[in-house]
Amino acid sequence: MSTVEDQSVGMDYLESFPRKFLRVYLPLGLIIFFLLFPFYWMAVTTFKPDAEMYDYEKYNPFLIAHPTLEHIKKLFFETDYPLWMWNTVIVSVSSTFISLFASVCAAYAIERLRYKGSRYVGLAIFLGYLVPPSILFIPLAAIVFQLGLFDGNLALILTYPTFLIPFCTWLLMGYFRTIPYELEECALIDGATRLQILVKITLPLSLPGVISAGIFAFTLSWNEFIYALTFISSSENKTIPVGAITELVNGDVYHWGALMAAALTGSVPVVILYSFFVEYYVSAMTGAVKE
Amino acid sequence: MAVIAEPVAAQVKRSSLWSRAFESRNFLGAMFMVPAIAILILFLAYPLALGFWLGMTDTKIGGVGRFIGFQNFVSLSKDSVFWLSVFNTIFYTVFASVVKFAIGLYLALLLNERLPFKSMMRAIVLLPFVVPTVLSAIAFWWIYDSQFSIISWVLIKAGLLNHYIDFLGDPWNARWSVVLANIWRGVPFVAITLLAGLQTISPSLYEAANLDGATNMQRFRHITLPMLSPIIAVVMTFSVLMTFTDFQLIYTITRGGPINATHLMATLSFQRAITGGNLGEGAAISNAMIPFLVAAILLSFFGLQRSRWQQGGRD
Repeated sequence: MSTVEDQSVGMDYLESFPRKFLRVYLPLGLIIFFLLFPFYWMAVTTFKPDAEMYDYEKYNPFLIAHPTLEHIKKLFFETDYPLWMWNTVIVSVSSTFISLFASVCAAYAIERLRYKGSRYVGLAIFLGYLVPPSILFIPLAAIVFQLGLFDGNLALILTYPTFLIPFCTWLLMGYFRTIPYELEECALIDGATRLQILVKITLPLSLPGVISAGIFAFTLSWNEFIYALTFISSSENKTIPVGAITELVNGDVYHWGALMAAALTGSVPVVILYSFFVEYYVSAMTGAVKE
Repeated sequence: MAVIAEPVAAQVKRSSLWSRAFESRNFLGAMFMVPAIAILILFLAYPLALGFWLGMTDTKIGGVGRFIGFQNFVSLSKDSVFWLSVFNTIFYTVFASVVKFAIGLYLALLLNERLPFKSMMRAIVLLPFVVPTVLSAIAFWWIYDSQFSIISWVLIKAGLLNHYIDFLGDPWNARWSVVLANIWRGVPFVAITLLAGLQTISPSLYEAANLDGATNMQRFRHITLPMLSPIIAVVMTFSVLMTFTDFQLIYTITRGGPINATHLMATLSFQRAITGGNLGEGAAISNAMIPFLVAAILLSFFGLQRSRWQQGGRD
């Protein structure tokens, strides 16, 4: 890809710096400022003592005169926040693994076994990707209640795969398609079973795709809100997004410091994971759209 | 001899039946599909059908409903709050999608230039999409605070304003505020996906245009846009879908207020079904979203993906 980029600029070097500054750097800087400002504001508020937070006359709101960990301490020791984080981790990890397992099998069957009607099943799974959770949550709530899963991690672990499996399957189908048939034929002649082929040939060769799908699925389930809000009622079972919005607001008293601390610390794990796997994440996001 | 040979033959026959089954692609394929299909049928297809049914009953939380036909829809059609939410949803979707597309395309073009730290910049741009929406929406909630809004403070200090803006207390201010928050969250997705599309356009097309003396604007109009339009169609379909069914931003920032001015159909259905306990009525509101969604998908898909040659195929 990089060679393409380098060629595409053509006579770019003739452009003077001030011109390029006005045409590219300035608008880019403005947009990036717009995109990053809420994070800056989140961080500033987290470490700012209450006295400064509500006094814009004496203190410049953009800066922190006396940084404090008070809000983070309050969040971790006076609320159920550690439990929410634990739940979020459990739910995200389990639903990601369930979805990956189901999707690898399904994608392999659709793309490589090509059983009767596999094309239609593939299409149906893609359509499943287009069904938004805001349409499903009411009937799902009824089902979750009937199955006795209400207000427990299992309710989320079993329902998150509904939006993860279609996505992962679709993405993995694209990856499996790029693996040459000849490799599988060789293995078949050598007497390997289909399961052996999947585990020993197809999976290792499409590892980047599996990682991409896994990372993306993990962040999607970490961010999920509407199911967690509907299916969970007691504080100790909530996930971070739901806990932050329902438990940290007492009537009209908003603890902005603690709220921002929850927003910041709840975002950090996904951001760290993302920063290690940017390329995989981007290829998952764009791959699913491009197919 | 014959006595011994018979069981062996039977054994061979039986084992071949088994192994034949495992070599059959249809049988194996079905086995491989079991986990995915089981989950998708139980938690996706069945709820979708149950939702249609619930929308035609008067089910309450914890109770058994009875079939009442289209009565929910009849009562909704006389419900001014429902129509307000339909208006809000369309307003929200149209304005947010148009601006997201414009800024996203612009940002993609900027990122496609030769830049230092390009991959780092792309990683940073995507942050609003990666961070949990609810958590960044809490930050917007605080930015829009009526007393301590940083935006108001800056505008007052700059001398452009003499009072704090009531971002979330006034219906129209609140509508524009949530649209802005949605744009903030949606731009990275549009920009990064379109950037991936831009990088697949062959540079030789631009070189040829350069030799023919095409201006920047002409190159954009006659090369970039047509080459990009299939991916624009897909990206905008997803973007419209996500915006139309948005729930998290509204629920976090305004909860549908002030006086229902920012209620979307999704938040209204949550309020009626879960908070209010009328599952049937909530499901009816959800179902009312489906025709809009199908229309949006068909429109953006067929409207933009008309010509085959753009994808490298023949006319």
